[in-house]
Amino acid sequence: MGNNKLFKSQQRTGWLMAAPATLLIFFFLVLPFLMAFGFSLTNQRIFSPNPTEFVGLHNFKNMLSVHFLTVEAEKDETGAFKLDNNGNYQFPKTRKFTRNNPDYPHLNKTREWMKFDVGKTKKFYVLARDLIFMKALTITILFVLITAPLQAGIALLLAMLINQPLRGINIYRTIYFMPVVISMVVVSVLWKFIYDGENGLLNALLHFFSVGYFEPVDWLGQTDTALGAIIAMSIWQGVGFHMIIWLAGLQTIPVDHYEVARLEGANKWQTFSYVTWPGLRNTAILVMVIITMQAFTLFPQVAVMTRGGPLDSTQSLVFQMVERGYGKQDIAGGSTISVFLFLFVLSISLFQRYITREKIHG
Amino acid sequence: MDNLKVSISRQLMRYVLLSWIALIFIFPLIFMIVSSLKPDLQLLRDSSSFRAFLPVGDISFNNYIEAFDRAPIFLFIGNSIFITATTIILSMFACSLAAFSFVFLEWKGKGVILSIILSTLIVPFEAIAIPLLLIVNFLPWVSVDGISIGWLNSYQVQIIPFIADAITIYLFVQYFKDLPKELVEAAHVDGASWFRIYSKIILPLSGPIFATAAILKFLAMYNNQFLWPIMVAQEEQFRPVMVGLLYFFQLNVAWGEVMAYLSIITIPVLAFYISMQKAFVASVANTGIKG
Amino acid sequence: MKNIKSILLMIFSTIFLSANIASAATTLSMWYHGAGNQTEKDLLMQIVNDFNNSQSDYAVEVQDFPQESYNDSVTAAALAGNLPDIIDVDGPIMPNWAWSGYLAPLSISQDVLDKMLPGAIGSWNGEVYSVGLWDAACAIYARKSDLEENGIRIPTLDNPWTKSEFDNILATLDSTGKYDYVFDVGMAWTGEWYAYAFGPMMQSFGGDLFDTSNGKADGMINGDAAIEFGEWWQSLMNNGYAPGTSQDGGDRETGFLDGKYALQLNGNWAAVPAIEQLGDDMLFLPSVDFGNGPKIGAASWQFGVSKSSKNQEGANAFIEFMLQDQYLAAFSDGIGLIPPTAQSAAMSEKYRPGGPLEVFFELSEAQATLRAVTPGYVVASKEFEKAIADISNGADVADALDAAADAIDADVAKNNGY
Repeated sequence: MGNNKLFKSQQRTGWLMAAPATLLIFFFLVLPFLMAFGFSLTNQRIFSPNPTEFVGLHNFKNMLSVHFLTVEAEKDETGAFKLDNNGNYQFPKTRKFTRNNPDYPHLNKTREWMKFDVGKTKKFYVLARDLIFMKALTITILFVLITAPLQAGIALLLAMLINQPLRGINIYRTIYFMPVVISMVVVSVLWKFIYDGENGLLNALLHFFSVGYFEPVDWLGQTDTALGAIIAMSIWQGVGFHMIIWLAGLQTIPVDHYEVARLEGANKWQTFSYVTWPGLRNTAILVMVIITMQAFTLFPQVAVMTRGGPLDSTQSLVFQMVERGYGKQDIAGGSTISVFLFLFVLSISLFQRYITREKIHG
Repeated sequence: MDNLKVSISRQLMRYVLLSWIALIFIFPLIFMIVSSLKPDLQLLRDSSSFRAFLPVGDISFNNYIEAFDRAPIFLFIGNSIFITATTIILSMFACSLAAFSFVFLEWKGKGVILSIILSTLIVPFEAIAIPLLLIVNFLPWVSVDGISIGWLNSYQVQIIPFIADAITIYLFVQYFKDLPKELVEAAHVDGASWFRIYSKIILPLSGPIFATAAILKFLAMYNNQFLWPIMVAQEEQFRPVMVGLLYFFQLNVAWGEVMAYLSIITIPVLAFYISMQKAFVASVANTGIKG
Repeated sequence: MKNIKSILLMIFSTIFLSANIASAATTLSMWYHGAGNQTEKDLLMQIVNDFNNSQSDYAVEVQDFPQESYNDSVTAAALAGNLPDIIDVDGPIMPNWAWSGYLAPLSISQDVLDKMLPGAIGSWNGEVYSVGLWDAACAIYARKSDLEENGIRIPTLDNPWTKSEFDNILATLDSTGKYDYVFDVGMAWTGEWYAYAFGPMMQSFGGDLFDTSNGKADGMINGDAAIEFGEWWQSLMNNGYAPGTSQDGGDRETGFLDGKYALQLNGNWAAVPAIEQLGDDMLFLPSVDFGNGPKIGAASWQFGVSKSSKNQEGANAFIEFMLQDQYLAAFSDGIGLIPPTAQSAAMSEKYRPGGPLEVFFELSEAQATLRAVTPGYVVASKEFEKAIADISNGADVADALDAAADAIDADVAKNNGY
């Protein structure tokens, strides 16, 4: 009897207390997202005199479909391989197969994504129907894979640096946190100046410090440096925040653990791996989860600085979502990307949780 | 004596290292502030050399004066601060209450709801902006003029959808998990109501986490409100600072004024951050570290 | 207490009553894209005040928006059913908005329309949906001294440069070594500029965004003529004649005047400062004839009436009011853009016969080609922009144009051919 009453009152109170936040989230986050999910199953435009049609998984199919093609080197009439002036084999352009070729209807309008050589006489192509989406996907994943550990690692180093009883250390801590306080959009505008190929500050500084040895580089204009430039800037902006989190974690490790290590004659590396790192495990999980989630939503930097270029080397999923949904008024297409992103990140985070859960119990 | 010498030079090296790193973190800010004092042509020319950091040449506050002419800056800052402050206050209340309920009370459905809430961490705002617009267009609102439908062109449309969010709730949940459960249990056995426990026991212990959540919320509401106000704040009187930034990007961009504007709007954020400094650092010590 | 209460009540009711009497005029709400631009706003407010004072049926209220996000705001408002009575719309986008149902056809008298430059009238599907207070044109900016020094002929409207002539000119200027780049096309201005400024060059080659006979992009934007254009464009970048996609915004603004660039492709909104600095040395040259006649873009911001407006008559009245010659001339004087009627041009400081920008009026008349008049333009413009950017960065020309064609056609198909 007593238990039931207790439980009942907890049920009601529990609900009551959670209600404001829960209802707000439901109405303003969950519900719109369900609508977006609905949009992805239609051909909804932002505004159109044509009625909206339900298309099922058509959008997803289009976005994700990938085909394979093996192409042999060109042969002449006798069946022998043709060689060009340099003695190389010649291959027909993929354009021949992907544009209105009646023998390959399923390849129509696909675009070349990856190319592999199979021996000398064959090439193996991976063709994608929505090439820009694929590029956005791979670049976003690349961005996450590079930024997350780098940002977490640098933040940890900085935290350990800051975690010393020097006078005025607080000032440094404040300064290291300052970039976090500025909007990423503003940061992108500033860094666009700094990265400029001709008048950029970065080039000027590097030129100065290398005593004239360094030649100016067009950081945002070259395919091999653009993504790196954005990664560097993103880390610069975000590392202060994670430094603070690491710092707090470091400060919870009991000082006597370090004493013990010192007495036992441990060197710096041993101290780190046997005292510091184990004490930081939970902090590490928190940091990695937040960094990873945030990295997947790469957007303002790309929108302000490179718009996906040059040559799609800085495409990102959220940028494409905005371009399609708002720029091209294709709400269904944009929603398709957001649903995909959601499911993708959800599975990754479930996977992350699964891995870390085992370790704690094991 | 030798020890002292070594330790002083060691300390000096540490300071040098720290200072070099500090420069890396602060140089764009210095560039921005110094540039705001220069006329456009000089600004652009200086940006390719060390002069970018030095307030030399034709220094004046002209850009600031022009900036105020071009856009109603005080209006925008006022709007942003009002919207941000209101959201923070309501958010702290609603989210901490919910977190308390998730951590200390047992009730059916708690796990499912918490999971759904946390999964919204993955949803970028751009994905739901348009559906949200459709939703808020049909919501009623009571005011001095009576009941009206639709929340466009108002403050509430920029506040209410953002009161509850997954990160804030997550922070509170992690923090509450680390608080001593015995206190709560003891109070409960003594017959205190849950609301009393919340307000008299948990709240006083949570100063630090409130500071953390408040700062994060401030950053989110002040710095990152772009797309939404463009869509819903059609009248100038409701626009926040980030929309104001666009006023400066007409066909001929006046970079000096842009820098001036950016410098001005960064002040409230910095002020808030510095004032919350102490509480902020201390609080992160308890977010999910032991949990 | 009671006394005070009744006094307050009296005061409030008086104010309330008088306010009601005063607001007999119907409010016409109007949205404009010029927030942050003081000159345009002042001019507009002048017209608004004149209109409001000239009659008591309607009172126009203007809401200013920043240009960058104006289209987004309008789209959101349309979704919410919240459009104002009068909106301004960028010319080439108008078909899209008309098709989407934002705009109602205008009911302005035909003889007013007849006097206007074609670029200032927005018509689609047989109806006129918008009119502009100005037109905008592009020209090649050059210094007379540079051309004369290098023995380069000064082209005229009747006798513009040909493609081979132009290639030689670029090579000649480049060999002097005096310039960072010899021909600044302005890739720093991402967005509509690409389709507006570079599209006509492609048209001069014989290509286009759409094949007007069948509404398809495939075969036109990736046809032989367009590919030829693309390859010529790529050669500009490869030879180092033109700055590419990473051009600094600041350079775009000041590069020509500073002497970094020999020639610059720019519009007449930048003409005034150029004349101020270079005086007689400043030349505005017609576009190059790449084979199909020289062409430049046309149409700029125009005004239309929203379909949902309950005050169609008043809105139309205001728009017609705005089209009076003295206002057209005033706008031109203030922001340097082309007045859309011959009378207003004659009244304006810069475009009157003998005026410094007179040549732009003639250019607009002679060479202006409208951007593709179709609701699909929004997507087409973006795809073109991306294709050009990719080509400038070294992508395979045919592939880039193919991709654009596919995307454009897919969009058209998705919307049932618009």
